[in-house]
Amino acid sequence: MRRRLTPYLMVLPGGLWLLAFFAVPLVMMLSFSLMTGNIIDGFRPTFHWQNYTEGLERYGDKFVRSLWYGFLATCACIVLAYPASYWIAFRAGSRKSAYLLLLLLPFFVSFILRTVSWKFVLADNGIVLGTLKDWGLLPGDFHVLGTTFAVIAGLTYNFLPFMALPIYVALERIDFRVVEAAQDLYASRVQTFLRVVLPLSLPGVFAGVIMTFIPISGDYVNADVLGGPDNVMIGNIIQTEYFTNSDYPTASALSFTLMAILLVGIFLYARALGTEDVLEAAKR
Amino acid sequence: MKGAVKAKGTVRMKGAVKGRGLQIYTWILVGWLVLPIAVMILFGFNDTSSKQNFVWEGFTLKWYARLFEKEDLTRALVNSLLIAVLSTVVTTVLGTLVGLALGRYRFRGKGLSNIVLFAAISSPELVMGASLLSMFVTLNIPRGIGTVVAAHVMFSIAFVAVTVRARAVGIDPALEEAAADLGASDWETFRLVTLPMIMPGVLSGALLAFALSIDDFIITNFTSGTTVTFPLWVWSSTRTGTPPQVNVMGTLIFAVGVLIAIVNVVGARRRKT
Repeated sequence: MRRRLTPYLMVLPGGLWLLAFFAVPLVMMLSFSLMTGNIIDGFRPTFHWQNYTEGLERYGDKFVRSLWYGFLATCACIVLAYPASYWIAFRAGSRKSAYLLLLLLPFFVSFILRTVSWKFVLADNGIVLGTLKDWGLLPGDFHVLGTTFAVIAGLTYNFLPFMALPIYVALERIDFRVVEAAQDLYASRVQTFLRVVLPLSLPGVFAGVIMTFIPISGDYVNADVLGGPDNVMIGNIIQTEYFTNSDYPTASALSFTLMAILLVGIFLYARALGTEDVLEAAKR
Repeated sequence: MKGAVKAKGTVRMKGAVKGRGLQIYTWILVGWLVLPIAVMILFGFNDTSSKQNFVWEGFTLKWYARLFEKEDLTRALVNSLLIAVLSTVVTTVLGTLVGLALGRYRFRGKGLSNIVLFAAISSPELVMGASLLSMFVTLNIPRGIGTVVAAHVMFSIAFVAVTVRARAVGIDPALEEAAADLGASDWETFRLVTLPMIMPGVLSGALLAFALSIDDFIITNFTSGTTVTFPLWVWSSTRTGTPPQVNVMGTLIFAVGVLIAIVNVVGARRRKT
């Protein structure tokens, strides 16, 4: 009897913690999103579901922009990370872990600090643009900060290792004899890649997409530090609604909408692929 | 080099050329990844006099000497370290238990547990932070170090559990049965047989939890109230100008992290050979 209870007792403390600080808060946020009132007079539950429709009406474009930025930056991450992960997995030989560590170096610097550092690098009169302007290679009013490009580049930079790692893990697991077999059967390099290596590495790409697309769509740091007024994402709006306007019901409704969009997407996605696989590849 | 076994000369030539191109590409990518880090380190040595540390004005070590001059920045760093240590200890214990249960036992609710872990890993931080804030406001819980630690434990449990589970799955159950046959109690079996075998997973899980905690910005921003951590301090300084001490602290954290990682990599290689 005691034996049968063992796994439950082991899961219990962690499970309770997740219940108290993950599940219950979500329920509280859901109830907040249906309230009306303000921070001074207090909020009352009124089942004011218009918070959702009004929120979507006012900030629908910000949702679309966040998902669009998420899509662009995730694609950029795949395109940039895949060749490097491929080379490290198949050709770096005994130096694999060393190269992998190089790809993961950004993890050792705080996320905020990395983004601020890009602001240094890209500043109008900073080391790159300032120098190029001094040499007359760029017009004096050229700038990168405050543009969409800067925000997407920053997002891509910050989340690239989350893409590179799962792709590497998936590629590294491929038995190289399969590739050799394809070549022995007269498959060209392109055919070998498209029909053997790429399909086998797709679970890694899928895991990478989850690890990058979700945090990118909910990010507000890059848009705030590197972007301008035209780059406001839904994260910036939610943050402002909470901290500047103290409009908790609207902020909760927006957060819940964001989560609904992302979680429904992920669960469909994970269902098609199996959660175990995705989780396995997702762990760093 | 597994690929070099190919016999046909032309194939090998093409392969070598392609490999070289990809190698150069990988180095360019690494260069891009390292560029802002290099700039951060470099500007920790900048003899700047203005509030904006943007223009190089000469080499100095004075910021290293005056590292703890800004009291509120130092307090923020101490807060970050305190929060990271506390949440790592709690997370490692809770996460290891969950990971071990999922890796070693069959039980009803295992599938549900896996889904919960998956949800905790993949939920957007913004939503977790916002919902925690909603709860703390609703229940009138004062926000501070305690609430931040609770939040950090919440989002890192799943990472530790997954890391430990991967390790626990590979353990041969016969070993634990053998210990029991030889008269070891459950606790002795755990302490002397199971724990040493999952230890690498537990350690890497703990390192991950520490790294996640010390770097966290979004959830901390929502749960900290007036308490300031290192990332929050850096964030607020972007409006007025980031002082060189921030670069120095970033450099030191970076150096320690890389050192630990190198020890890990070398250690793993030793164990293999």
